Amino acid sequence: MSITTERVSTGTAPAVPARPRRKLNWNLVLRIVLLMIAAVLTLGPVMWTLSTSLRSPSESFMLPPSFFPWNPDFTSYAQVFQQLDIVLLVLNSALVTGLIAVGQMITAAMAGYAFANLKFRGRGALFSIVLATMMVPVQVTIVPVFMLIRGMGLSDTLLALILPAIPTAFGTFLMRQYFLGLPADLAEAASIDGATPWRTFRSVYAPLAVPGMAIVGILAFNFHWNEFFRPLIMTISEQNFTLPLGLVSLQGNLGTGSISVVLAGVVLSMIPALVVFIFGQRALQDGLTAGSGK
Amino acid sequence: MSTTTPRRERANQRANTPGTPGAQPGHTASGRHSQRWLAWIFLAPTILGMGLFTLVPIVASVVLAFFRWDIISAPTFVGFDNFAEVVQDPTVRVSFLNTIVFVIVAVSLQLGLALALAVMVQEKMPAWLRAFFRSAFFFPLILSAASVSIFMRYLFNEQFGVVNWFLSLAGIPAVPWLTTPGGSAAVVILVYVWQNFGFSFLLFIGGLASIPAETYEAASLDGATGWRKHVYVTLPLLSPTTLLASVMAIISALQVFDQPYVLTRGGPGDSTRTAVMVIFESAFQRLEFGQASAIGVILTLIIMAITAAQFRLSKRFVFYQ
Repeated sequence: MSITTERVSTGTAPAVPARPRRKLNWNLVLRIVLLMIAAVLTLGPVMWTLSTSLRSPSESFMLPPSFFPWNPDFTSYAQVFQQLDIVLLVLNSALVTGLIAVGQMITAAMAGYAFANLKFRGRGALFSIVLATMMVPVQVTIVPVFMLIRGMGLSDTLLALILPAIPTAFGTFLMRQYFLGLPADLAEAASIDGATPWRTFRSVYAPLAVPGMAIVGILAFNFHWNEFFRPLIMTISEQNFTLPLGLVSLQGNLGTGSISVVLAGVVLSMIPALVVFIFGQRALQDGLTAGSGK
Repeated sequence: MSTTTPRRERANQRANTPGTPGAQPGHTASGRHSQRWLAWIFLAPTILGMGLFTLVPIVASVVLAFFRWDIISAPTFVGFDNFAEVVQDPTVRVSFLNTIVFVIVAVSLQLGLALALAVMVQEKMPAWLRAFFRSAFFFPLILSAASVSIFMRYLFNEQFGVVNWFLSLAGIPAVPWLTTPGGSAAVVILVYVWQNFGFSFLLFIGGLASIPAETYEAASLDGATGWRKHVYVTLPLLSPTTLLASVMAIISALQVFDQPYVLTRGGPGDSTRTAVMVIFESAFQRLEFGQASAIGVILTLIIMAITAAQFRLSKRFVFYQ
């Protein structure tokens, strides 16, 4: 798994940055230059977005482009609040994403614990079915899910976005791996002390599972905060829009005159993702690549 | 996270050790009985949710593909008519063709770029610099494809876009990126690869880290240097990672929607219309739910066939240690 291998490689890291005494390592210099170009191309568009959002609307077309906001002008941000009910969009997105994340953390922890630590008939087969659902693209099930939601009387509500997203095959898989990794002696000790399986879960395993659940929550947050396809289909009225939908409609309703306003909206929508990136980068990377190890 | 790492590290070691049994509490008969109850209670939300929102819809989708239904009037059974119509519909054909071209070009670019950058980052790089590159390449993954497509639309604007301004510095005349079929297809591919190569990059970094250093030492003792080392050592040993990365990249590229929808709405003409976009349009704009389901079934069959083919091919080409 990526975590362990990574740790091994950084463990040997002190030997790596051997200062070239004899001559400059041209190979390394060339590699760093190429990687730097790639990094500039990767981060450049985001920097441009940020700097353009901080220019006055009339200057937003200006070429050559500026990548550093020397004289920040926040009028575009003020205009976003006037032209778009961004507070409502943020609240909708936060509610949808938050409830999905919490729902996934709880249900995935429960299911993962059952698959890892509890014995029952059909465990293997059921787990295979859960894993197989990961392969099914959303687009294939969207028409029946849309009808089901209509049938439940939930069409054009936020619940239509939340409920179908809570059962998570990937989260269940992650939590199962996590519980399998916890020492088996804990359960033995608990059962010797006379704890029931429920008690063992609540007092011993659930508290230990918090870091694993955090990974599930962070992944869910990142994915659903950015989701566009399902909200586009499931919501009709603007009061139920989430941020990505609102931004696309902002871009559509306005002419090309106020790039900086649209981009200010884009920047505002990125802030929560950025916070998750700063605090949960490791967890996100580990979570995304989990299961790729041999 | 730092306080939790030792535990997680141990957790991963355990998980990787074959034959380590999971914790199995409760040895008494009554313990086993209550375990079973607890298991079903714990599984209930996940199993019910998946049944309701994934398994039943799959079956419903297949059934629906044989009906004509616009939600308003009662569904009528039409046999294979939907499939026949869909296969003959020029827009559907073009969109499937577009999707296939998109998958081939975008996935090769994505994997090639990710592999090259991962190899470059892995070799004799100061740890802090490696960490910087990792974060930089990972960054686009946290953004929404919709926001990315919004700002990329401005960057690729023909008159005032930054991309053409940079090209003009090199003396290249303005490229009509979003107003010509070829240009739009190129932008959709570039934007998609820009956002997603970081994921393959992470997988390759993990795969490279698991190649033991001794293998390289042995290779260099045998006289392998630079390029040959990569061709004869890195690539074969990395093949399981490459298989996984390509399966995941292809499955996700086959489902591309957000970028072409926001960047081009499928145009100009049908030049950037994708398979998923056609499902969306036929169901939610034309209310032809049966046809949409038929397209969905075809897309799923293609995804399954490609995945199966990849794993079959991999038996011949993937080298496991």
